[in-house]
Amino acid sequence: MLAKRIIPCLDVHGGRVVKGVNFLNLQDAGDPVEVATRYEGEGADELVFLDITASHEEREIMLDVVRRTSETVFMPLTVGGGIRTLDDIRTLLKAGCDKVSINSAAVTNPEFIREAALRFGSQCIVVNIDPKRIAVKDERDFPDVADHLRVQPHPSPDAGGEPVYWDVHINGGRIPTGLDAVRWAREVERLGAGEIVLTSMDADGTKDGYDLEITRAVADAVTIPVVASGGAGGPEHLFEALTEGGASAALAASIFHYGTYTIDETKHFLAERGVPVRFNVTV
Amino acid sequence: MIKIVDYGMGNLRSVQKAFEKLGVEAGICSRPEQIERADKLVLPGVGAFRDAIAHLKQQELAQPVLQHIEADRPFLGICLGLQLLFDVSEEDGNWEGLGVTPGKVVRFEDRPGLKIPHMGWNSLERVGPHPLLEGIPDDAHFYFVHSYFVVPTDDSVVAARTEHGERFVSVISRGNLFATQFHPEKSQRVGLKLLQNFAEL
Repeated sequence: MLAKRIIPCLDVHGGRVVKGVNFLNLQDAGDPVEVATRYEGEGADELVFLDITASHEEREIMLDVVRRTSETVFMPLTVGGGIRTLDDIRTLLKAGCDKVSINSAAVTNPEFIREAALRFGSQCIVVNIDPKRIAVKDERDFPDVADHLRVQPHPSPDAGGEPVYWDVHINGGRIPTGLDAVRWAREVERLGAGEIVLTSMDADGTKDGYDLEITRAVADAVTIPVVASGGAGGPEHLFEALTEGGASAALAASIFHYGTYTIDETKHFLAERGVPVRFNVTV
Repeated sequence: MIKIVDYGMGNLRSVQKAFEKLGVEAGICSRPEQIERADKLVLPGVGAFRDAIAHLKQQELAQPVLQHIEADRPFLGICLGLQLLFDVSEEDGNWEGLGVTPGKVVRFEDRPGLKIPHMGWNSLERVGPHPLLEGIPDDAHFYFVHSYFVVPTDDSVVAARTEHGERFVSVISRGNLFATQFHPEKSQRVGLKLLQNFAEL
């Protein structure tokens, strides 16, 4: 039976893992290869590196990090952050990563998803979707968004029943797009994405748990796997995302970085509650 | 020496790096005469079946690969490198494969709640003891990413099956011919152990 995946996400800046809240007060948290090795030992199923600078000159440093990591740990590695061209993808894959995650560029140029999937295969094209709940009355007008992708009201039991829009945001959650998260998810699947990472902008950084409503709605709407992201504060949140939320995998950063819980502890918590997970075995 | 066939489909370096980690020399080859000199051959690959078979033929690699297999020299197919061994694939039409193993390549059937691609870690139901899986515990998981799987005509080539909505064939073996649907090079220690077993054949 397919195991549910636990994926630690590492923010990488200038070739180092960094920790910080909302990209402020960044603290050095070690060498990416060393951190990756530690996570492998704890039972991580995949790794995500998020290039949080993604400036041109830093790209080379990131490629070196990817090269060194893929020589040391042997598991799927995804790199995200500032990926805009087929060339960006080609150089990253060549350096040794297995998947790339595309965020803003997927919204500004949806054809990029199709081209990338055709050229490199759907299995390595991950699309990030960052929805934010917006009250219907507060929504701006987005005349350029196609009707079949436009935000639509969703019932919201969590918010007291007032319908809300699930508006896909870009640029780190700063810019609304007028795209409905569920409709956009179906669209990126149609264009050839092999996986979706869904990060709720409302839940991200709260440690109060993933946005289960949106996660469930998106997971039910598409056939491709959905990775829940944003909001994990403890193993119970990963449990909810992988059961109630219908996610195939759960991504988390701070709970693993700060050593609040190890991946191994989290997996035992899940296994005790009947979630299929993988444990490292001795060979 | 182990040779990894480079036919322009995906991440060969990761297979090579895995062998390097084991201290095993493995070269990448993209020309027919290089394959002819290989003791052991690895055919990796991700992407579309149609493109893969076209590339193999364009680079005139199909023939030497077939000769290597016919001579029963050790061969390891990985993912697409497993599927290419079959007669025909139903991926985006009907595409003829290398025809080394009778059978076809089909897509997972859509079922409510079933995620396709089959992406992540899954376990094997072994048919019996197998040299490639020696020293690897029965409950070990391997990393898969695929939407199509092989259906051999002849059950005797089946070495292991895996469950995802239905049971499908995840390892085949016949003499010195081996192929896995999962990626040993992405399967951490258990994957490296499998590659080591292949290197030590």
